[in-house]
Amino acid sequence: MSKRIGMEVAMAVAEAVALCRLDMAAVYPITPNTHVAEHLSEIVAEGRIDAEFITVESEHSAMSAVMGASATGARTFTATSSQGLMYMAEVLPIASAMRLPIVMSVANRAISGPLNIWNDHSDIMYQRDAGWISIFGENGQEMIDMAIQAFKIAEHQDVLLPVNFNMDGFQLTHMVEPFEMPDQAEVDKFLPPYIPYATLHPDKPVTMGALGLPEIFNEVMKAKDTALVNSKKVILEVWKEWEKMFGRKYEPVSSYRAKDARVMLLAMGSMGETAEMAVDELRKKGKSVGLLKLKLWRPFPFEELKKAVKGAKVLAVLDRAVSFGGPGGPVGGEVRAALYGEPDRPVVMDYIIGLGGRDMTVEDFMAIAEKASLAEKRKTKELYEIYGVRGT
Amino acid sequence: MNMPDKNPQGIIENFDLFAPKLVDKEEYFSYGHRACQGCGEALAIRLMCKALGKDTVIANATGCMEVVSSLYPTTAWKLPWIHVAFPNSAAVGAGVEAGLKALRRKGKIADRRVKTVAIGGDGGTLDIGFQALSGAMERGHDMLYVCFDNEAYMNTGIQRSSSTPFGASTTTAPAGKQSIGNKTWKKNAPEIMVAHNVPYVATACHSYPLDFMNKVKKARKIKGPAYIQCLSVCPTGWRVGSEDCIKMGRLAVETGVFPLYEVENGKYRMTMEMPEKLRPVEDYIKLQGRFRHLRPDQIKDIQRRVNLEYRLLMNKVAHSISWLDAGAENK
Repeated sequence: MSKRIGMEVAMAVAEAVALCRLDMAAVYPITPNTHVAEHLSEIVAEGRIDAEFITVESEHSAMSAVMGASATGARTFTATSSQGLMYMAEVLPIASAMRLPIVMSVANRAISGPLNIWNDHSDIMYQRDAGWISIFGENGQEMIDMAIQAFKIAEHQDVLLPVNFNMDGFQLTHMVEPFEMPDQAEVDKFLPPYIPYATLHPDKPVTMGALGLPEIFNEVMKAKDTALVNSKKVILEVWKEWEKMFGRKYEPVSSYRAKDARVMLLAMGSMGETAEMAVDELRKKGKSVGLLKLKLWRPFPFEELKKAVKGAKVLAVLDRAVSFGGPGGPVGGEVRAALYGEPDRPVVMDYIIGLGGRDMTVEDFMAIAEKASLAEKRKTKELYEIYGVRGT
Repeated sequence: MNMPDKNPQGIIENFDLFAPKLVDKEEYFSYGHRACQGCGEALAIRLMCKALGKDTVIANATGCMEVVSSLYPTTAWKLPWIHVAFPNSAAVGAGVEAGLKALRRKGKIADRRVKTVAIGGDGGTLDIGFQALSGAMERGHDMLYVCFDNEAYMNTGIQRSSSTPFGASTTTAPAGKQSIGNKTWKKNAPEIMVAHNVPYVATACHSYPLDFMNKVKKARKIKGPAYIQCLSVCPTGWRVGSEDCIKMGRLAVETGVFPLYEVENGKYRMTMEMPEKLRPVEDYIKLQGRFRHLRPDQIKDIQRRVNLEYRLLMNKVAHSISWLDAGAENK
């Protein structure tokens, strides 16, 4: 039976990972994901799980080591953030190309410079095209659930791709929240042992990570893209199964009071809950405002998004990163591309908010919704706005 | 030839004649790879694999050997083999070791020891992969790392590395009117590995195949980290004839430029008999195109440096003690 407990989210994620019968983890300390690593090492040190725990000398080596272990058929995990994720960048697309089902928690934090340890999504957006399944959670309960789901998704025979699940640094990782923690029997029932496709072992020698010439490279990239696109089916199945077992529902795009809303906000991560409060306030005032929450970032849920925005006149994307000199924020650009072919598409406004830990209040979200609603009548040429810049 | 049963004394005397017969006939690094003619590194890899045997997993850094051996859909590897990137074969190997350890302990794979061996060139090991190497050695994984040192980035076209010898002309440290070529002395990487307190460090060269294979076998047995740096002659990069590969390796050793030794638990030992007086380095240098531009006084500088390094090494051979013995003294 699940137990209702109160705990810091980062530590709870480590507890959830520990329930997954992990074989190996390699981690390097980085704020604000350190508590995941610390607590997991504690669990191993206490002998609560039987896993190898390597304290590597860098994130590059953390990812490399979990890749090596995953290639032997071990169930592997690592956790990182910001600069650490950037340092891993070289090997991330190789992990997906080699179809290694590694699970990684990312505590989203701004990338330097200037140095900043607080939350935004610039770290994971930088790795958008690494070929990983990428999932965003909103609160502690979702992070625990996603940690366990991630292994099942990654290791599914029709997927075999690495998965990162994203939680907002500090705003989520360092919160003490109450949640339902599944027990070992439940997780065992949900998550079967990993059956690898091929392993590094002398009983059946294989060559992994061969050189690909131009004659084969297009095909390899196509295969990787197809694998990622097709993984959505499995993700939806896994989420359905989860809902059945635990009663908590997961969708690629979930909506909050968005039915028939003229103005919709679209958020990712923990700010969804603050935005909900703004929607409630505006609804009280009789405004037709709703909220969409994008949980699945890769593979991108095109169909679900198109369906969710039906009827909206304005869609205000709340981005947490800047694509400098580009279309604004990475999410805004993608959402526009996704809706481009729709005959009745809403005007897409892109508001880049909460960079490097800048607070966003309920009032801020209300102001953005009001601002966005003006776009319905007045044709605006502004593609995006970095919201709340002082001195302008 | 002396037969073993008739003349036991002869076995010892002619050990080098008999020993090759004891070498594993099995090829784990297959012919048909795409290495250059006379490639010392390909030969060294082949010898290493024979010494390691079947129960081995190889983690290879990006470089010549990875490129020539794994061109999809072909492979020269009959051992389980993984390549991820340039700077991380030590970290990938560390992960392989940890994975195998966990799976064996949990009964998910066969209950027998499989040795993890990480390999890379001098660039992948001593420059870009140095941090990963240091981390893996310091953490004490049951892993052997073999650096195939051909003294430059040969795969990308002969650029200098920290392992390039002083005075060698490379494509990023070319000899010219204002340049001697590479301006720095070769990094003493085995010494840095010794400083990691690993149980076994050795230098080797493919031109001394039995010595190299014995070292690999010894390192394989150790349940912990070990490091071997194998000088691998690159005829293409050194600008020598492909037929001179073995000769160049021998000259590197006989001149004292690359002495063969091992350090077991801190105790230094020369593994090949060295002449009382070393051959002059000129014998080694004058045969190589990469040193063609050097003036006699510059060669003298190199000779002085080689003499110094050799003396320092001899000092260590004479005065170092095994930490196992050191422990006994305190009892």
